[in-house]
Amino acid sequence: MDILQILFWLLTVMAIGCALGVVLSRNPVNSVIFLILTFFAISGHYLLLNAQFLAIVNIIVYAGAIMVLFLFVIMLMNLNADTEPQKSWLVQLAGVISGGTLFLVIIAAISKVGHLGVIDKNATDIGLIKNLGKVLFTDYVFAFEISSVLFLTAMIGAIVIGKKEAE
Amino acid sequence: MILLDIDWFFILGKAGLIMAIILTSFGVAAYATWGERKVAAVMQDRYGPNRAGPFGLLQPLADGLKLFMKEEIIPTNSTKFLFLLAPFLFMLTALMTSAVIPWGPDIALANGKTFSLQVADVNIGILFVFGVVSLGVYGVMIGGWASNNKFSLLSSIRSASQSISYELAMGVSLIALLMLSGSLSLREIASQQHGFWSNGYFTWNFFKQPLGFLIFFVCSIAEMNRAPFDLAECDSELNMGYHLEYSSMKLGLFLFAEYINMFIGSAVMVTLYFGSYNFPGMDALAASIHPILFTIICVSVFFAKITAMIIFIMFIRWTLPRFRYDQLMNLGWKSLIPLALINMLLTGAAILWIFK
Repeated sequence: MDILQILFWLLTVMAIGCALGVVLSRNPVNSVIFLILTFFAISGHYLLLNAQFLAIVNIIVYAGAIMVLFLFVIMLMNLNADTEPQKSWLVQLAGVISGGTLFLVIIAAISKVGHLGVIDKNATDIGLIKNLGKVLFTDYVFAFEISSVLFLTAMIGAIVIGKKEAE
Repeated sequence: MILLDIDWFFILGKAGLIMAIILTSFGVAAYATWGERKVAAVMQDRYGPNRAGPFGLLQPLADGLKLFMKEEIIPTNSTKFLFLLAPFLFMLTALMTSAVIPWGPDIALANGKTFSLQVADVNIGILFVFGVVSLGVYGVMIGGWASNNKFSLLSSIRSASQSISYELAMGVSLIALLMLSGSLSLREIASQQHGFWSNGYFTWNFFKQPLGFLIFFVCSIAEMNRAPFDLAECDSELNMGYHLEYSSMKLGLFLFAEYINMFIGSAVMVTLYFGSYNFPGMDALAASIHPILFTIICVSVFFAKITAMIIFIMFIRWTLPRFRYDQLMNLGWKSLIPLALINMLLTGAAILWIFK
């Protein structure tokens, strides 16, 4: 066991433990905090895969911006463990079935992939921003631009929805 | 038993550097509180602290002792764990940014190795700074919510929306700088600003990006929650806001972390825009004196620039009145972001047509 493996297991236990914490904790604020910890563990995994840029962007975007908004909304709605409505067993069953189906699909998809290509440990520059930028703006430029248009559409949509109706 | 291949010299050197940086941050933050009162006193024609020691220099120690001796109160209806966690989280995020700042040029050791005065030369240094800054709001938010107090909650919500709004303009203004430097590593950016004058123009990024610096500076003050952007603590409306329910050293951590934020934020600004540890005529000096002495001079120059920046930020605090909340949002979204976008376009055009 070298240091990479030790880190891998630590991060894996942290990621899965915190992900379980998101689902199992009764207080929504605790759930959000567990989710933030999960993002940190996943960023750690990205670092182990030499994807520095992806790791830090994951933290900036998810932990730093999106989760702040989540926390914001939960605090404003003042959700507490005792105000959480108890769902009927039918709804709970539906949740279990749909979640289980999604899990099955993911497992089926992963088992089809077969042996995943192992990343060369010595290729330390593979995830650096320079290489990533070159790939994004040459090989995948069309997909990149299309997705940026998609984001623009989402932004305009949010402004249209958020705008006050004229009297 | 697992034997790990560890370079002990490297580990010990870095651990020593981390300790030195953290202790320096505490020292600078402590004397920044004294400095702030002196600056306020000068600007309001008063004496300021002058009882504890010569010129009141022992005042920070007296304040620290007082905070430690105070009774610690945890509100009954607070969420206890989060209430206790928040100040430490705030302090942690304030200190973490210091890891990627290059505090001086590399020191060449006798055995052929070099010792870098930077804890971690991450390839994406400036993004790391951004990541930590965006996490900084959690300490305030969690603390404000866990206190179970209306004013604290209002304050934490204000603080969160303020920091999200100003991060955008900050990022866009920085893109223009990164287009010029072509690197995200703070060490690389620092060494590009070598000296003061080369190829017929200033090397410091401030002279290449004056508008970018202005936007970045305003946004940094907003991110530090300093006046005139201290809407989160706003005494007259919110009674100190998110740290209203805190007492004793937990309050001290919040107040102290604000000064550490100011110190580290100034260090980042100096590194990015004011030539880091570089100064005019450094090449001539480096040739004539011992390398260790040269490094010490470089570090001193860096700290002198940081001190000047901190004093400037203090002047602003004691000059300008606090913004109203809608003015704050208008400034962020309707002035700074468009300005930053224009600055980015101009920089891009200049690189494309003039510098090639």
